Amino acid sequence: MRVTFTVNGREQQADDVWEGESLLYVLRERMGLPGSKNACEQGECGSCTVRLDGVPVCACLVAAGQAEGREVVTVEGLAEDGLSAVQQAFVDAGAVQCGFCTPGLLVAADDLLEHNPSPSDADIREGLSGNLCRCTGYEKILDAVRLAAARRGEGA
Amino acid sequence: MSDVTRIPTSLTQGSRTAGGIGESKLRPDGTLKVTGEFAYSSDLWHEDMIWGHTLRSPYAHAEIVAIDTSAALAQAGVYAVLTYDDLPARQKNYGLEIADTPALAAGRVRHHGEPVALVAADHPETARRAAAKIRIEWRELPLVTDEESALAPGAPVLHPDRTDDCADGQRPHVPHPNIVHRQPIVRGDAAAAALRADHIITGEYEFGMQDQAFLGPESGLAVPAEDGGVDLYVATQWLHADRRQIAPVLGLPEEKVRMTLSGVGGAFGGREDLSMQIHACLLALRTGKPVKMVYDRFESFFGHVHRHPARIRYEHGVTAEGRITHARCRIVLDGGAYASSTPAVVGNAASLSMGPYVVEDVEIEAVGLYTNNPPCGAMRGFGAVQACFAYEAQMDRLAAAVGMDPVAFRQLNAMSEGSRLPTGQRVDSPAPVAEILRRVQARPLPPERQWESAGGTADVRALPGGLSNTTHGEGVVRGVGYAVGIKNVGFSEGFDDFSTARVRLEAVGGEPVVTVHTAAAEVGQGGITVQAQIARTELGVARVVIAPADTRVGSAGSTSASRQTYMTGGAVRNACAAVREQVLALGRRKLGTYHPAWTTAELLLEGGKVVTDGGEVLADLADVLDGEPPVDVELPFRHRPTEPFDIETGQGFGHVQYSFAAHRAVVEVDTELGLVKVVELACAQDVGKALNPLSVVGQIQGGTTQGLGVAVMEEIVVDPATGRVRNPSFTDYLIPTILDTPAIPVDVLELADPHAPYGLRGVGEASTLSATPAVLAAIRQATGLALTKAPVRPEHLTGT
Ligand code: FES
Ligand code: FES
Repeated sequence: MRVTFTVNGREQQADDVWEGESLLYVLRERMGLPGSKNACEQGECGSCTVRLDGVPVCACLVAAGQAEGREVVTVEGLAEDGLSAVQQAFVDAGAVQCGFCTPGLLVAADDLLEHNPSPSDADIREGLSGNLCRCTGYEKILDAVRLAAARRGEGA
Repeated sequence: MSDVTRIPTSLTQGSRTAGGIGESKLRPDGTLKVTGEFAYSSDLWHEDMIWGHTLRSPYAHAEIVAIDTSAALAQAGVYAVLTYDDLPARQKNYGLEIADTPALAAGRVRHHGEPVALVAADHPETARRAAAKIRIEWRELPLVTDEESALAPGAPVLHPDRTDDCADGQRPHVPHPNIVHRQPIVRGDAAAAALRADHIITGEYEFGMQDQAFLGPESGLAVPAEDGGVDLYVATQWLHADRRQIAPVLGLPEEKVRMTLSGVGGAFGGREDLSMQIHACLLALRTGKPVKMVYDRFESFFGHVHRHPARIRYEHGVTAEGRITHARCRIVLDGGAYASSTPAVVGNAASLSMGPYVVEDVEIEAVGLYTNNPPCGAMRGFGAVQACFAYEAQMDRLAAAVGMDPVAFRQLNAMSEGSRLPTGQRVDSPAPVAEILRRVQARPLPPERQWESAGGTADVRALPGGLSNTTHGEGVVRGVGYAVGIKNVGFSEGFDDFSTARVRLEAVGGEPVVTVHTAAAEVGQGGITVQAQIARTELGVARVVIAPADTRVGSAGSTSASRQTYMTGGAVRNACAAVREQVLALGRRKLGTYHPAWTTAELLLEGGKVVTDGGEVLADLADVLDGEPPVDVELPFRHRPTEPFDIETGQGFGHVQYSFAAHRAVVEVDTELGLVKVVELACAQDVGKALNPLSVVGQIQGGTTQGLGVAVMEEIVVDPATGRVRNPSFTDYLIPTILDTPAIPVDVLELADPHAPYGLRGVGEASTLSATPAVLAAIRQATGLALTKAPVRPEHLTGT
């Protein structure tokens, strides 16, 4: 089948998509957008988190056909002029080690800060609890989200 | 040589090269990683590529009576189906220390998930469906699952062809062929010393099978080359060791297997052994097409070795004053179906089994078994973890027996510089065991009932059970526990451990640029950051390029054993020093006539300039290099030699360096439901010298969290009746989320090791050791239960 949807503001199309293919597979393997990661493909780790019509979802659990005509934002769409506040904060705070969890965490953190610009630590932990990271022990990820919140606050 | 006649000036402040060692320089790959552009091994793509898939055994021990691949081959879109019979060379096995792992099952499988056949097809789903059409007739064989069944009379011998179990051809090194390796250590006279003990404390402990659970799945791309060789792009920990094992199975000389590191999504020991490397190459060579393989999470649990589960028995004696008199211990590590790095894990467990304590009279035995369980090998902490879990539990019980505070008891018995390990080796660098304990103890405790907000309501997110809203504080008790551990750094027991670095200095566009080329695997730990920092420090050049790691340069050894900053850092430093000498010689030749200091003073490179040790600038480096060929040096670096442990007594100078960490855990336990919330897990660690403080803290926190994981949730569960893995998914194998992980304050000490480059100590592993027993100790304190098994499960706490 053919699937057409908007990714990071641009309409994209994929042909010969098999019905069982996930949105994650289509993004990574057919649209040349490997930023969303394939750590479990079971909906457990959050590495593949993208926003579908503004709502964070695990792209590995969404059938590609379900995205038809909708809007998808991936980590590749976060940066506008240079890195976004959250991206820059992850780099600055040392929240990136192997970085495999990072794209999903960035999309989740971006969504969190959009809905809650000054989250408490407990809010951050709750907001990011669907994203596994095996390297960092999360301390620096918390630092990064706090930093991004502070910088976005200043910018506003 | 136009403007070289400039007048020497004094080096003003700030012209030293920024971004050198000791600074929290940010990682060079950070931006690519946050934009999603960084190419991990599962992101690789080739125009013409097809997909490889592995068919794995559903049985833990079975004979393959017949195998029929015709239906799979007939499926549209399938390019190749390979089994054992298609292996092209005489060499069909591989392995890190012992080549006992078949590339594809040879008529018999020894563990659940063993690779049996390979398929290459135009779509991953086509490959999966074709693999499902391979017909195999199995005959199940009796299982070997633990020490008892492995060593029972008449037990199936898992590796009958193993011949190296005899040390000298006469005397068996191991008492049974199902033992991979055995290391006794005998020192002093434990029986005599036991007579001085006022209390004898024995304990039996069990440590579960932990998984590295790196997030980036095993994956890579093999591209067949015109010369009949293959180019392999892969995530691994040691390119050259992979190649050494891959090439003979492909029937190729090593130089025809060219390897390039692709982005690595974490490793933690799980990428030391081969996974898809040989398979992808075989398929690529057979089909003549680039082949990509990516494991899904289910397959990943079968694609790499795990941490050895262990059964451990200790006996310690102690005097009424709190001095440890002697110890006896026996550590049984389940190595699973193939050897992997079990011999080295056994050596580590034995030699570090007394922990960072002075115990002169010991009888120790560690053994590693072959069983039909999943193969076990390297994981962060490497044999020291299991021992630390048990000896730290013993320390608390000994302290209680003599009525001492657990920290004071440990400090009284703590080793220090000059103390001896049970192997007889003296610790000849700082060993601040008492001090790191003091530091975690001195830290203020987190406030009680943190979850209670002003109005008396509870924020359930901070309580045991968290968002599942299982308690509002009733039935919740708090406990505090301590632990400390010792880990060896680098490869031990006489291994010729080295790393190689190639450093090039040249002028590019009128600016000096350094290129550092090594084969060291960056697995997320930040190795490339410190390599650049070292080059900046040594050559005084701001612009440092790190070339991709590949096999065109000499081996860097493994990114494991906390050794890569030490070893490749040392190699980069050596190569830089040689480059510096050549550049200064060049400068003397070209410019020496302009200033007498060129030949009389001690010269340094700083801020892109040649300066005297008095701070006088002699020339811009760019001018020295201008018009010259690049200065290019490749050099290996070795640490001081070690020696094997004696096979009977375990004596020997076996380890290069040690690393020490201590933890204090604060936990809250819901005693009704058996749920644990770790409130804080403070760590103090001596790192010798922090080359990059930000990364050092990140490593310590990451290691701490893996230790926390195996304390309260992480375990691969193998069904004892069938040998099958019950929980190969992130649904059932639990790793800590951000809600399970507490604040991890870190206290970094820098007591230089005089034998190491810059005085540094390997950082990555030590914190993994002590985190687990600290959490267990805290839960024991909270509940009063003995708790001898990690991970602790709710039923252990509720007695159900
Ligand atoms: S890859 Fe989608 S949740 Fe893990
Ligand atoms: S940085 Fe490696 S998984 Fe998060």
